[in-house]
Parts: sequence; structure tokens; C-alpha cells
Amino acid sequence: MTGDANSCACSAPAPAPIPGPGFWKSGGWLLAALPAWFLLYFALKPLADWLAFRVFGLLPGSRLGEAVAFFAYDGPKVLLLLGLVVLGVSFIQTFISPERTRDLLAQRTGAWGNLLAALLGIATPFCSCSAVPLFIGFVRVGVPLGATFSFLVSAPMVNEVALFLLLSLFGWRIALLYAVTGVVIAFLSGWIIGKLRMERHLEPWVMDIPFTASIGSEAPVGFAARLELAIQATKDIVLKVWLYVLAGIAVGAFLHGYVPAELLARFMGKSSWWSVPLAVLIGVPLYSSAAGIIPIVQVLLAKGAALGTALAFMMAVAGLSLPETVILRKVLRPTLLVTFLGVVTLGIVLVGFLFNVLM
Amino acid sequence: MLIEVLGSGCSKCKLLAERAEEAAKGLGVEFALVKVTEYPDIVARGVMTTPGLVVDGVLKSQGHVPTVAAIQAFLR
Repeated sequence: MTGDANSCACSAPAPAPIPGPGFWKSGGWLLAALPAWFLLYFALKPLADWLAFRVFGLLPGSRLGEAVAFFAYDGPKVLLLLGLVVLGVSFIQTFISPERTRDLLAQRTGAWGNLLAALLGIATPFCSCSAVPLFIGFVRVGVPLGATFSFLVSAPMVNEVALFLLLSLFGWRIALLYAVTGVVIAFLSGWIIGKLRMERHLEPWVMDIPFTASIGSEAPVGFAARLELAIQATKDIVLKVWLYVLAGIAVGAFLHGYVPAELLARFMGKSSWWSVPLAVLIGVPLYSSAAGIIPIVQVLLAKGAALGTALAFMMAVAGLSLPETVILRKVLRPTLLVTFLGVVTLGIVLVGFLFNVLM
Repeated sequence: MLIEVLGSGCSKCKLLAERAEEAAKGLGVEFALVKVTEYPDIVARGVMTTPGLVVDGVLKSQGHVPTVAAIQAFLR
């Protein structure tokens, strides 16, 4: 989950009226840039090896050489993927607004509401810096508390950028696994909170203050306007997260070159039952976007960490964070806040165990 | 002209405030820029996703940071 300030990867490119300039000027050039993107993408591996082993003269197989080659390959690769993925996702999201999601969920009581909220959380643009106004906006128009929480869990954890990165780096099985378990955790946490009837544990001002239901922004008209909006959102997001991504890959490169596989396998492998709760406990307060954590997870897996442990770690980092907890304290009384954190954490730990046992 | 930037202080809110100021100065209009950071005030103006931009009491955009050109269109 990204919250503060500098790393809000989950920018919400909500529609706005944009004067439409010519197709080419407003991003048609991007279609021409696509072949160049693919060319660069497939040339990265030889380029990185050339840089590490020829230009820097490092030895293939040496620790430093492997770490540098890894960084030189993975850094640009993930940034290229991220750029393309965020662009595609931002474009799709110009068709989706939080207001529409809210209206679909309003008055929808029962388990279906929770399931729908968890699913809509995947695609709806969401930024944790908007968590409080969004929470109030949902609850005040009659979205059940449980469904609101299902959405709040799913939106940052199973977000589309994380999914596409998982898909491109790990393949569809792991991406699907992550999506399904994320949705299940979101569904169950919200359902449990709904069953506990914790409405009275909201801060009183949430229901009392004067409130105007958001009607959203005007929708952009036409392909060019949407694409322009998407390009702008991509620029914003990539500029904000690239440093985190590179930092994540630098950590990954260090692990790749310097940490022996046996060590990680011992700490994060299947055989140590405590590795899942430990990974989750470390991951919950940590605060990074999915884009920053995925390169680390990639290396953890390659070095022999168990899949369940790695997934649980990633979910804990992406789904819960200290800054978001502090923000949510403004609307949730301690009992509800602790219940929320407890239920989600427990869900993530169980998922970790499940995969370690099954796989 | 009263320009209000709604948001609890994340980087996008700061960026919006900068762009709004640049846009208003570029047009040469007289303006006051106010940052609305308290959640009750934000919610009362019908904003669900920050940052929000309100010009003379009318909500112009929310959830993203419009370009300077787009903001100038709001100000005209």
C-alpha cells in the first residue's frame, strides 16, 4: 500500500473534460513508439550483460558481476513494464469511477455485497491518501460497513498494477493465485466485520457532519482525450514510484548476488512454520507500492523462499501499512481499527500457510 | 477569484496547488489560493477522491491533477 506522499502509486486518473487536440499530438505517437518499446525490451538482457561484463569488466559468476548484471537488466525491464502497464490500466480506468462503484454497492447487504466490493476493488482507481473521504462517501450513501471494508482491503492489495507485474514477471498462475486469494481475504474480512455489526465503533463525526454525495467529474469524450488523461496519469505515477522500484531492485540485486540460497531457504522455506507469520509481521508496517516490492519477491522466490511465504509477505506490504492505519484512525475507533487489522493479518497468514502446505 | 485545493496534504495535493497558482498567474487574474486540509470540510464539498479543485465554490475536478492548461480552462 502506498500512502504518503511520495509514493502514491495508486493515482486515480478520474475523468475530466479535456479539450481534444489532434489525435497524433495527443498520443497517437505512442502507437508508433510501441515497436521501439518491444525492441528495447528484448535487447535488455544482452545490453545488461555487455554493460556488466564488458564495460565494467566484471567476471561472470562473480558476486558483484551477477549483482550488477541483475540490476542493469531488471531495473530497466521493470520500469519499461511498469510504464506500459500503468498506461494501459490508466486508460481503462478513465471508464471507471469510484462514484459508479459506490452506487453499485449502495444498499447491497449480504455476502454478495462483500464479494462485489472485493471484485470492484481490483479495477476501481484508489489512492490511500483518499481513504478517509472515500470511506465516508461510501458509508454515508448507504454502502454497508462490511462491503466498504471489503473494498478497502481489495483496492490496494489486488490492484491492477500489481497483477500485471506479477503476470509479466511470474506468469499467469501466480498472478491468478494472488488475485483470487486477495479477493477471498477482502471478501471474508469485510463479511466478518459486517457480521460483527461494528457500526457503533465509527467515530461519531463520520455520520454527523454535513455531507454532500460526490457526483464525480465530467467524463472525457473520445479516444484522444482518454489517452491524454492516461498518459498524464502514467507520467505522474511513474515519476512518483520509479525510485522505489529501483530501490526494490537494488535490494533484489544484493540478495541475488550476495545472499546464498541456502540461507534464505532456511529462513523463508517451507520447513520453517514460523516464516509466514514472521514475514507478515515484517510486511504489515512496511510501506511500499506493489511495484517496489515485486522485484524483491522475485528474488526471494528464486532463492528458495516458499511461495506461500513470499505471497503473504507481498500481500502484507501492499495491503496494510502504518500510514494508512494512522489515517483510518480518524474515522475508526480503536476497537474497529484493531479488528480490521487483526482480521486482514490473520487472513494473510492463513493464505501463506495454505500455499506452503499445498504447493 | 477563490481557488480551493482540497486534500489532506499528499504529494498530489501539493502538485495541484502549484499548478493552480501557475495557471492563475498565467491568466493574470486576481486570486486567493486556499488549501482545505480537514476531512469534514473536504467531505462537505462533495469530494470523495482527493485532490479536489474548487473555484468560487464550484467543484471543478477531483481524484487527479489536471494540467495547467486544463486548470486555466476552469478559471476562465
